[in-house]
Amino acid sequence: MENYIWLIPTLPFAAFLITLFLGKWFIKDEAHWIPIFAFGASFVLSVIGLIQIAGHEEAVIVKLWPWFDVGSFQVPISLYFDQLSAVMCCVVTGVGTLIFIYSRGYMKGDTGYYRFFAYLSLFAFSMLMLVLADNYLLLYFGWEAVGLCSYYLIGFYYHKPSAAAAGKKAFLTNRVGDFGFGLGIMLIFVTIGTLSYTGVFHAVEAGEAGKTALLAISLLLFTGAMGKSAQFPLHVWLPDAMEGPTPVSALIHAATMVTAGVYMVARSAVIFASVPEALMVVGIIGTFTAIFAATIGIAQNDIKRVLAYSTVSQLGFMFMALGVGAWVAAIFHLVTHAFFKALLFLGSGSVIHALSGEQDMRKMGALRKKIPVTYWTFLMGALALSGIFPFAGFWSKDEILGMNWKGGGYVIWAIGLITAFITAFYTFRLVFMTFFGKSKMDPEVEKHVHESPKSMVIPLSVLAVLSVAAGIVIGFPPEEGFIHRYLEPVFGAADHILGAHHGAFGALDLVLMIVSVLVALSGIGLAYLFYVKKPEVLPALAGAKAGWLYRAVLNKWYVDEFYNMAIINPLIRGSQAVYRYFDSAIIDGLVNFVGKLWVFFGKMIRPFQTGRVQNYALVMFIGLFILITVIVL
Amino acid sequence: MPIPIEWYLILSALLFIIGAVGMLTRRNLFIMFFSIELMMNAVNVNLVGFSRLHENFTGQGFVLFTMAVAAAEAAVGLAIVTALYRNRQTLMVDLFNRMKG
Repeated sequence: MENYIWLIPTLPFAAFLITLFLGKWFIKDEAHWIPIFAFGASFVLSVIGLIQIAGHEEAVIVKLWPWFDVGSFQVPISLYFDQLSAVMCCVVTGVGTLIFIYSRGYMKGDTGYYRFFAYLSLFAFSMLMLVLADNYLLLYFGWEAVGLCSYYLIGFYYHKPSAAAAGKKAFLTNRVGDFGFGLGIMLIFVTIGTLSYTGVFHAVEAGEAGKTALLAISLLLFTGAMGKSAQFPLHVWLPDAMEGPTPVSALIHAATMVTAGVYMVARSAVIFASVPEALMVVGIIGTFTAIFAATIGIAQNDIKRVLAYSTVSQLGFMFMALGVGAWVAAIFHLVTHAFFKALLFLGSGSVIHALSGEQDMRKMGALRKKIPVTYWTFLMGALALSGIFPFAGFWSKDEILGMNWKGGGYVIWAIGLITAFITAFYTFRLVFMTFFGKSKMDPEVEKHVHESPKSMVIPLSVLAVLSVAAGIVIGFPPEEGFIHRYLEPVFGAADHILGAHHGAFGALDLVLMIVSVLVALSGIGLAYLFYVKKPEVLPALAGAKAGWLYRAVLNKWYVDEFYNMAIINPLIRGSQAVYRYFDSAIIDGLVNFVGKLWVFFGKMIRPFQTGRVQNYALVMFIGLFILITVIVL
Repeated sequence: MPIPIEWYLILSALLFIIGAVGMLTRRNLFIMFFSIELMMNAVNVNLVGFSRLHENFTGQGFVLFTMAVAAAEAAVGLAIVTALYRNRQTLMVDLFNRMKG
């Protein structure tokens, strides 16, 4: 195993270098081949690794070379391969390969074709380094690198001002979280004296670190996770990130990068488990984000933005699971979510492709018959997201809710259930507005509606199969399915600290399942009522009784406006004040004063330079005379 | 009977003073140029005189070099003076004061 793990991140990196340097002049429109094959090979290796690592108690550590070696501060570049890394690698490379293939059709003819694939390969490399890192510093490297790639790809259409602004917003918001993350890593080193996973976890298990320090560490680490995984209050960048090309939204802003926070918290499970207060914060933030984002999702009209808020909400679900110590449930939901959310994004991309770039759902409708493959695959994804039995999302989401109920978090369970209802509602609002009802398309656009090319349809179909089957295959029976047994060695220590034990599947689980399916079905039913059966009811209702509520939700609860008012504008105005009063008055004043001083001295000495040769000669002779006089006498 | 060294020195000093005074007082660039040559030759006389006194040829050999270099320098200097005259139609150094600070 040690001899091929390093190839998993290296292959995409090689593809990146080749595509970047040869793309513009040599490869051009064939730029997709190398990344697809490199990434496909990574996928195959990941699957082999996934099979071989099964059942190992200890992780496989592949030491590559030393990175930092200063006194007691030693950080090597080495890879840490255990069951969790294996699952993450398979998700990243598997979904990634499909999205690479899809991009072949979606990005065809774009002027930045090679650039797109180069960035995507760089992202793949960074993400794989993130999940394979053996210590927190290398994790931080991957963490920052995926952020950078995200910035590049959000701003891919850099000539569009909104895309450039969205990239900047994403980067800056992430910096806020990363700052906390960086502090957390430094605190780990100060407290424990090492950054390698094994060292840190052993020290924490042995109780070598103080409780307060651990609380600070876990909260700081979670700040990083909040930034990267778009949790309230740092969620604002993700919806804007939809300015990027749709495959990017699917891969980076739904399936993989945004789950890095979940992965990191799960990886640090031992630390979080040692401080229940930190776990509580994780759970509360997750739960609040889940319902908060879901409510915004109801009122959005841009097809990709609905999905973006849904992603934020689902990430909230994962943190909800982590908060109650249901590590496996979180990873399980991460996996299924990667499948069905990637599917939904790619499906929406296919819709946008069919409508020549239209993203506003109010200008769609009745697409069911025109693009049937997209419709059917999209429907699978929507059912999975809504949590309908037996689709993938059902198993993972239901397990999260069930774990919360059993952990005594009835309030969280109830909020989760309401969120599930809203999720089903907005998901099917999207489906009904897009595929059902009367066509509201521009006649010009309608003429050109067409099903997408094969390279887009095949990934859609594969993901649809996964969205249907993945849950029941790897997650049944709940809490004892394949994935639970597989990941047991990873989370054994954390479960031991928490004292958690997994009960068998019983009547209670069955009741909870039935309740959540009923809730989801009623959400779909309500959406059907409002958007298909009686489309005239809702506008009247929203206009009359709940006008202010509708406006608040439509404007995303005014979070952006609040940030503008409370943080951004004061910063801008403060900077201007500093510029005016400190920079130009004091700093510039000092510099100019020094300059003027020497000008003044210069003016005093100027008269000596008469410009007449004979004056100079006279001075020379006088000097010579004095010199000789002194020597002789 | 050889000429005593003092005579050489007196001649050399006279030549040098004439050169120096001419250099400082005259305003014509040509004359100043000649004054400089005069000062240089005062030095040459000095060298020759001491060469005789010590009865070796180092000083005289040195003078030959000096004269060769002086010839080259004169050629360049005169060329500059000519160019200057073509530009300004005068050789009065008082008027060449563009470098005044």
